[in-house]
Order: sequence, then structure tokens, then C-alpha cells
Amino acid sequence: MSEAREFKYIGQRTIRPDGFDKVTGRAQYGADLNLPGMIWGRTLRSPHAHAKILSIDTSKAEAHPDVFAVVTFKDFGSVEGESINAGEGAADVLDLARNCLADDKVLYHGHAIAAVAARTERVADDALALIEVKYEVLSPVLDVEDAMKDGAPILHEDMFTQGYEETPSSPSNIATRLEMKMGDIEAGFAEADVIVEREFRTPTAHQGYIEPHACTARYDEDGQSLVWCCTQGHFDVRTSTAKLLHIDLSKLKVVASEIGGGFGGKTVVYQEPVALALSRKSGRPVKMVMNRDEVFMATGPTSAAKLKAKVGAKKDGTITAMQGWMAYEAGAFKGSPMMPGVMTMFTPYDCGNVQVEGFDVVVNKCKVAAYRAPGAPQAEFAAEMVVNELAEELGMDPIELRLKNAAKEGTQTIYGPKLKTVGLVECLEAARDSDHYKSTLAEGCGRGIAAGFWFNIGGQSSVSINMNTDGTGTIIEGSPDIGGSRASMQMMAAEVLQIEPSRLKPIVADTDSLPYSQGTGGSRVTFATGMAVIEAAEDVVRQLKERAAAIWNVTAEQVDYVDGVAINTAGGEKMTLAEVCEAAEKTGGQISGTGNINARGAGPSFAVHLCDTKVDKETGKVDVVRYTAIQDAGKAIHPSYVEGQLQGGAVQGIGWALNEEYIYNDDGVMENPGFLDYRIPLASDLPMIEAIIVEVPNAFHPYGVRGVGESGIIPPLAAVGWSVGNAIGRKVEELPCSPPRVLSLIQNG
Amino acid sequence: MVSVVYEAPDLIEGAVNLLAKSDIPAHVLAGGTDLIIQTNNSSDAERLIVDVKKIAGMTDANLTDAALELGPSMSCASFTERDDIKAVYPGLVEAAYLIGSTQVQGRASVGGNLCNSSPAADTIPALIANGAQCVIAGPNGERTVPVEEFVTGVGQNCMEKGELLKQITVPRPAANTSDAYLRFIPRTEMDIAVAGAGVSVTLDDTGTCTAARVAIGAVAPTALLVPEAADALVGSKLDEAALQAAADAASAASNPITDRRGTVEYRRQVVGVLVKRAASIAAERAKEG
Ligand SMILES: Cc1cc2nc3c(=O)[nH]c(=O)nc-3n(C[C@H](O)[C@H](O)[C@H](O)COP(=O)(O)OP(=O)(O)OC[C@H]3O[C@@H](n4cnc5c(N)ncnc54)[C@H](O)[C@@H]3O)c2cc1C
Repeated sequence: MSEAREFKYIGQRTIRPDGFDKVTGRAQYGADLNLPGMIWGRTLRSPHAHAKILSIDTSKAEAHPDVFAVVTFKDFGSVEGESINAGEGAADVLDLARNCLADDKVLYHGHAIAAVAARTERVADDALALIEVKYEVLSPVLDVEDAMKDGAPILHEDMFTQGYEETPSSPSNIATRLEMKMGDIEAGFAEADVIVEREFRTPTAHQGYIEPHACTARYDEDGQSLVWCCTQGHFDVRTSTAKLLHIDLSKLKVVASEIGGGFGGKTVVYQEPVALALSRKSGRPVKMVMNRDEVFMATGPTSAAKLKAKVGAKKDGTITAMQGWMAYEAGAFKGSPMMPGVMTMFTPYDCGNVQVEGFDVVVNKCKVAAYRAPGAPQAEFAAEMVVNELAEELGMDPIELRLKNAAKEGTQTIYGPKLKTVGLVECLEAARDSDHYKSTLAEGCGRGIAAGFWFNIGGQSSVSINMNTDGTGTIIEGSPDIGGSRASMQMMAAEVLQIEPSRLKPIVADTDSLPYSQGTGGSRVTFATGMAVIEAAEDVVRQLKERAAAIWNVTAEQVDYVDGVAINTAGGEKMTLAEVCEAAEKTGGQISGTGNINARGAGPSFAVHLCDTKVDKETGKVDVVRYTAIQDAGKAIHPSYVEGQLQGGAVQGIGWALNEEYIYNDDGVMENPGFLDYRIPLASDLPMIEAIIVEVPNAFHPYGVRGVGESGIIPPLAAVGWSVGNAIGRKVEELPCSPPRVLSLIQNG
Repeated sequence: MVSVVYEAPDLIEGAVNLLAKSDIPAHVLAGGTDLIIQTNNSSDAERLIVDVKKIAGMTDANLTDAALELGPSMSCASFTERDDIKAVYPGLVEAAYLIGSTQVQGRASVGGNLCNSSPAADTIPALIANGAQCVIAGPNGERTVPVEEFVTGVGQNCMEKGELLKQITVPRPAANTSDAYLRFIPRTEMDIAVAGAGVSVTLDDTGTCTAARVAIGAVAPTALLVPEAADALVGSKLDEAALQAAADAASAASNPITDRRGTVEYRRQVVGVLVKRAASIAAERAKEG
């Protein structure tokens, strides 16, 4: 889409179709399916962060009269280390299996070892104590520094660092080393008048979704099976679960329940294959629901990271070189989001001399999973902090410095392509012109600004639109709705069909009812599934024209479709959409459109945030007093849900910057697995997050859509970090800015 | 299977009798906001729950010329609504208002907070600052213990088997006296105190402090009365030097631990800051009052 166009429905703030169910409590979440004869599964978890499993004796648990089945890794049969598409990106099947149930080693505190299915949850819990596990306890490796040291305890004897010209011959905790570069980094720094360089650290942070992982699984005598679960991608749950249990895709139906948040964390399986294995063994439906502490200990937060960033610029603010280094914790198995970290770190800047090196490092902590713009917040935090310091050194306004160096259409990225049309300049201008930026900072406060870049993805989406005889229709899609996407699908289909959105009912169908659809992640749904919806709706329009043409005995080309009415351009007759649908029986059967696509052309979304904080200098407590989130949506289909994404991303980033962190003791035991001590921000902690939507259309989407789900979590880390430093006259190098850390920074520098 | 016996006697004697004679673990139930969570995680197969909220006086508060006679099981929501009490003990009411959230306060009680005897309990320093007394009923009759002596350790107090807290008596403060309670948490609510401070001060006509009580919480196994901090205030006009001396005394008296909520050094420091600030607020209130 190139020019602005008039829309009939797009851009309105319609009532979301899932709203009533959610506010009345009728909506069915992961734990809400109960089946006749159902029993309960619970998981035995490792008390050690690193140990060899010498033996597992399940006989006493199996002998318990109310226990129906016990499973361990052996129940997965033979599993090979092949790569499958599971959730956001590829996964190694063996690692996936060993994360669901440990094989010969436990690799983190809370690592699942066995599961029991029993008549009640309580019995299942009690029966876990009957399982006898013998361990040989090993020293845990708890951060990247220790893990990368020579002589560090090794998690996987068969892991050799990839990414060097010659693969080393001794095993290492470094899974991958990656370097990307362009231009001449040394020449770039040689040209610089000012150079800023710093080291940073960010903690392990969890998505903090309110709904714990939950599923109900049923394996029938004839090999047909059902999994009901809360997930961001039920087709990927099917792939993973079918692989681990060696069953055909057609025999496993996965139903995505309503979902209480995911943010990337619900793209991987934990309990689903285990519950199905328990059902297969017991012949009964099995339900498994995690406790909150299990969610924290044993699902996938995002990587803690150690980073270095260095930038150089001329006196006039022209950035001449940017250099980065990062080591990301992957947790127990390889696969941190280090690569997107390397790719995104300096993308907001148009600089020819860039070099970034990254390491993916395993440690004895739970395996990380995707979290909103996986890998980008940590890397861009480091980059934005040094850019702010550069502005300070140069005596330049930080927005002016960014405008001078902003990435725009044609800017070469470090990862290959040149950027297409993007809205960073527009976001920076909106920030500069905002009331917030123009306001004077109150006494004792600090202000921070930061930009953020995320690619967004397209991918496979499958959609059908079935029309009814009264002219209403059902939009059948395969993308679990986390942020209000059903409303957006409804509006996009309505825009094509030119009928009221409320006449179309969007549903997220199970894996039996649609071809494969990739999960909800990568900010792809409104873009890619939206494109599939538009294509399916256009297919309906084409059929409407054909059917009307058949009635009027003209060719389809002679029929126009305007404002929901088919018009015979030859004879002047008109039929409404409802009339054509009503007559479908006589014109060849019911009307149904499809759009099964692999969407290309996802448009990156840039974000710019402004943050004012006030710091209590005697206690180190930080209050966010004003916050503005600006982001390019391409086109906001439903502005309320776009604002929701901007605000939600900002709040999660603020939490990460201020108080959220995994705290481990020296033995690698997580000490704060609950919302009391893993402190996500409360509503009362925050001001209203002001959201400013910028619209620079994405030419590859019919309505100009870019995804908006992720970029918003990137800028807060540096916006808050810089703001706090600004308020106390210090340089923040480590997150979170929790009160003790800020107080120590104030007192000790 | 877990078996729970629930009793709701309407007389103190009945409750004492049930508690004293029980041969299974017995617990007094007030609002249950601590107890139910604790018993849910307990491995006891059998337990007796004695709900004391039906007993006359347990959920009422009576403010006389001499004292506040507080029914220990009165919900914090009812307690914090009492403007007459708030006018006399604003700091104590503030402490009750900090517990949990609106929902939690609908059930949680000051007596439950005290009997649960957590080092971080919010109302305990405020009660100590006000010189409150615990009236304990038991098989051998009644006895009265000052709050600072009631709690004996983390989750432990001086009550013996068969005893229960019947009333909390808070003496009427002298003229020109007021109190304040402050706690530090990293967020705004729904959190456990990293440190807390309750201060009561009495001023004379010239604004000089003639009496004070300073109590600190979450920085030792029990809440502590800190006479050295009070001494630093008495005789002063609560100027910066006196406040800082009180803060230093409180920091020195504290004996905190390092845990996921804060380090020793941090808690020591912050408790002093809270004492200073609470003393200033109490003094402002005493002047206005
Ligand atoms: C979400 C949440 C947030 C919370 N936030 C806070 C907070 O901010 N600050 C804070 O201090 N606490 C907090 N708490 C803890 C708790 O709410 C308080 O300690 C509360 O005051 C307990 O009162 P209760 O009436 O519910 O006590 P209960 O749970 O009924 O009883 C607590 C204990 O005291 C005993 N007991 C109660 N009454 C008597 C009596 N009359 N005689 C003898 N023994 C008795 C019980 O047997 C039990 O052992 C929170 C709890 C929750 C669940």
C-alpha cells in the first residue's frame, strides 16, 4: 500500500468479540476443561541445579492404589536430536524431550524428572514423594562468566562451540559464537572525536503471564488423541507432542483454549507431551496445571546477559563506528536469543562501520524461551545507553543525535538487507514534538529516552471464511488471540466485504479444522493472519460476483461489488451480500473463501520511549512519574489494541528495568519463584502510559499493517536506566534498578 | 485425606476449652489470611480450627477516655473506617491500612497480624509505639503482656497451649501526642516490609519533645522497641540532628538479615530513614492535634 486511503471500518474502536466472555468469567482457559473419568498429573522436579541421575525407582508410586500411571523420559521411546519448527524458531527434539522430562542429568533446579497421574491432585502430589531418585550432585554453573571459563563444569559433554572456523575438540558451555560486521570498525573509531564504551548486565526476566501453563490430554484406544491447552501456537504443540510420542499429526487434535498471556513464553511445550503420555499409559484423560512456582522455576524466561557497547562519533554528531559484544544465558539447553540480539543491537542507526560478536551460553538455569522481541531488549539497552552518553559527551540533544543518525529507507543492516520504508524518523519527531518532551523536568527527577527496533515476522497463516445464508459469516483462523486480534480480523474482513464487523464471527479453530498456522508470535498475527483474512474475504467477494453473475446470466467481470452490494453493470440489477448468500443453494452450493498463505514483507516497527523518574535519594526507590511510548504501527487496525500493545510492552520493560529479576542462591536454587518477590509492576506503581501511534504504512500489507506486539518492550530498559542515572547523577550499568542497587550507586558511585 | 474440624464457640471460655483439650493440632481462626495459606501447605492430616469471630467483643473496638479496647479479630477494613480511632492513633490505623489490599483487609485483623508474629508484620511496630498491651485468656485465667514482649521469635509468641488473644488495649496518649508508621517496600502495595518504623511523640507547648516511643520492624527476628532512638528525640525540637541521632540509634539497634528482599546494610540504613521520617510526621500531627 503506498498512499493513505479512506477506510470504512479499519481504525474504529469496535467492541472486542471475546470481551463479554472474559469479563463474565465464561471464557474457558487452559485449566477449564474437565472430561469424564479425568485424573490429575503432577511433576517431580529436581532439587538440584546440576546432577547426574543415577537411578529412578517409580515402583512405590506405581503401587499406590490411587496412582494410575508414572512416566519418565523412557516413555518417550527413542528420540533423536533432529530440528523441528517448534514455536518461535527451530528446536532440537532431543533437547525438547529432555526439558520435558530429564534424561540422565538434571540441569536446573525445578527440572522435571517424572510425572504421576492419580485420582486427585493431592494424591498425585503425595505420590511424587514415593519416587526415589539417586543423584550424583555436580557443581552448578550459574552465569555466563563462570560458564565460559576454562575448566568450568560442563553441562553437555557432547556440545562443541559452533561458529569458529574450526570447531574446537573439547566440549564447552558456549553453544555458538556469532559475529556480524560491516565496513571497517577500526577506521570508524579512528575517525571519531568522541568514543563512549561501557559494560552492562541484565537479569533473567520472566514474561509474568497471569495464567499458569495448563492442559488436559486424552489418548483413546484407537490412537486418536486430544490436547486442550493454553498456547500461543497449537499447531506447534501438535508438531512437538506428536514427535515426542511418535504419533501421526492427523491423530492428534490440539485445541487452543483462551489464553491469559504468553508474551512468547507459551510457544513451547512443557506438560502437553507428558500429560498425553500419562493418558496413554493410564487410559484416562489427564489434566496438568502448573503452580506459580513451577512457572517461574521451570518454564522459559528470557536470558540474563552480559554486554559491552562502544560508539564513536565526530564532533558534529555523525556516528562513525558502533561495536558490541554480548553473552546470553540460554539456560540448560542451547538456544538463547543471542542472534537477534546481535542483529538488532545497532539497527536504529545508519552507520557503515559496525561489528557485533555474540555468545550463546548454557548455564544451570531453566531453558529460556521467547519473550517479546526475544534478544533485542538486552542488546539495544546497551546500545541506547551508550548513545545517550554520547549525546551527553557531545552536548547534543539525544533526539537530535538520533535524528542525525537515524536508520531510514535504504539503510544497510548488519544482517543483510537494506531497510524498506520505516518510521524511525517519524517516531523521533513525534517524541521531540510531544508534550512530554517539551515539559520541564521537575526538581530531583531524571529523564531518559531510547529507541527500539524489531523486525517482525510474516509466515504461514490459514484462514477460511464461511458465509451463512443470512449474509453473516464465520472467520476461522488458527492464531490464538492474545491481544485482541479477533477484533482486528473481524474489521479487516468487514472492510473487504463491506459489511458491519459484528456480522462476522471470528473463531480460533483447532488443528483438525484448518491447515497449519504458525503460532502467535513475532508480531505476526495482525500482519500475516490479517493478510490471509483479507485474501479469504477477497475470495468470498469473487464468489459473490460469480454467483450474482450466474443469476443475472452475465460474466463475473460484469459484476461490481460496492458497499456490500453486487451490481450488474450490464443490466443495473442489484443484490445485497445477504441476498447472494441466501441464493447460494441455487447457484452451486455454499460460499466459503480461503486464504492459506506464507506472508512475506513484514514491516519492522520502530519505537521511541520517554521516561521521567523520581528517585528517593535516601532509599533508592524509583518512581516513574511520566512515561510516553511512541511506535510505528504502519496502520492501526484497532487503535485501542495497538495502544494496549504499546502500553503493555512499556510496562513489562519498566518492570524489567526496575525490579524484576531471578534471584538464585549459590547452589542454583531460585529464591523468588512467586509474584511476591518477583516484582512485576502493579497498576498503582505506574502513571498512565501515554501512547502515541505513528503510522508509516508497510507497502507489503494491503492496509499498511506492521506488527506492534514486540518493539514496545525494547526502549524501556534504557529509557528507565538512563532516566534513573540522570536523576542521581550516576551511570547505570546493571539492571534492575532495584532500591538497594540504586542506593548503593548513589552512595558509592 | 485431610480432616478439618471447625468450631465457632460464642464464649472465650469455650474457645479456651477447645484449644486446651484438643489432641490434634489446633489453630485460632480470625480472618484466615495467614492461617489458611499456612494450613493449606501443612502436612497435618487432622486439624482443629477454632473460629473466634462469633465471640462477643472479638470484632468490636471500643474507644474510652482511658484506652482503645480493640477486639483482636476486627477486620482491618472495619478498623480503618473508624474516624474516631484514626483521630487518636493515625499511625496505627495507617499500619492496618497497609496490609495487603482492599480485598485482604476485608478479612485480615490486627490480632491475626500480631499472633502470626512475623518479623515484618506491619501493625506490630505501630502497636509498640503506642504502648499497647495484649490481654491473653487461657485455662489459668487472664494475663496482660506488653506487645514488645508478646512476640518472642520469628512466628513465635508467648502464648501457651489453650491461650488466645482476647483484647488489645492501647492506652489513650497524653495531650499533644501523635504517631506515625512507615514501611519500605519496592512497590506501592501487595508486598512485605523490607523495614518498618512506628514512632509516637509527645510535644510540649514550645514544640519540645517530652516523650517518645520508637519501634522498628522487619530488621530483627521480632519488632524492637528502641529506647535509644526515643532518648535521642526527647528534649529536642526534632531538628535534623536529633532526627539523625534517632535514625542512627535505630540502625544500630537493628539486627537484620540478607535475603531476597534486602541486604543487611540496606535494611539498617533504610530503617533509620523511616524512623526519621515517621518521627517528623508524628511531630507534625502532634502539633496539629
Ligand atoms: C495477599 C496478602 C497480602 C498481605 N500483606 C500483608 C502486609 O502488607 N502486611 C502484613 O503485615 N501482613 C500482610 N499479610 C499477612 C496477613 O494478612 C496479616 O498478617 C493479617 O493481619 C492476619 O490477620 P488474620 O485475621 O487474617 O489472621 P489469621 O490468618 O486468621 O491468623 C493468623 C495467626 O494468628 C493466630 N490468631 C489469630 N487470631 C488469634 C487470637 N485472637 N488469638 C490467638 N491466636 C490468633 C492464628 O491461629 C494464626 O496462627 C498479607 C497476606 C496476604 C494473603
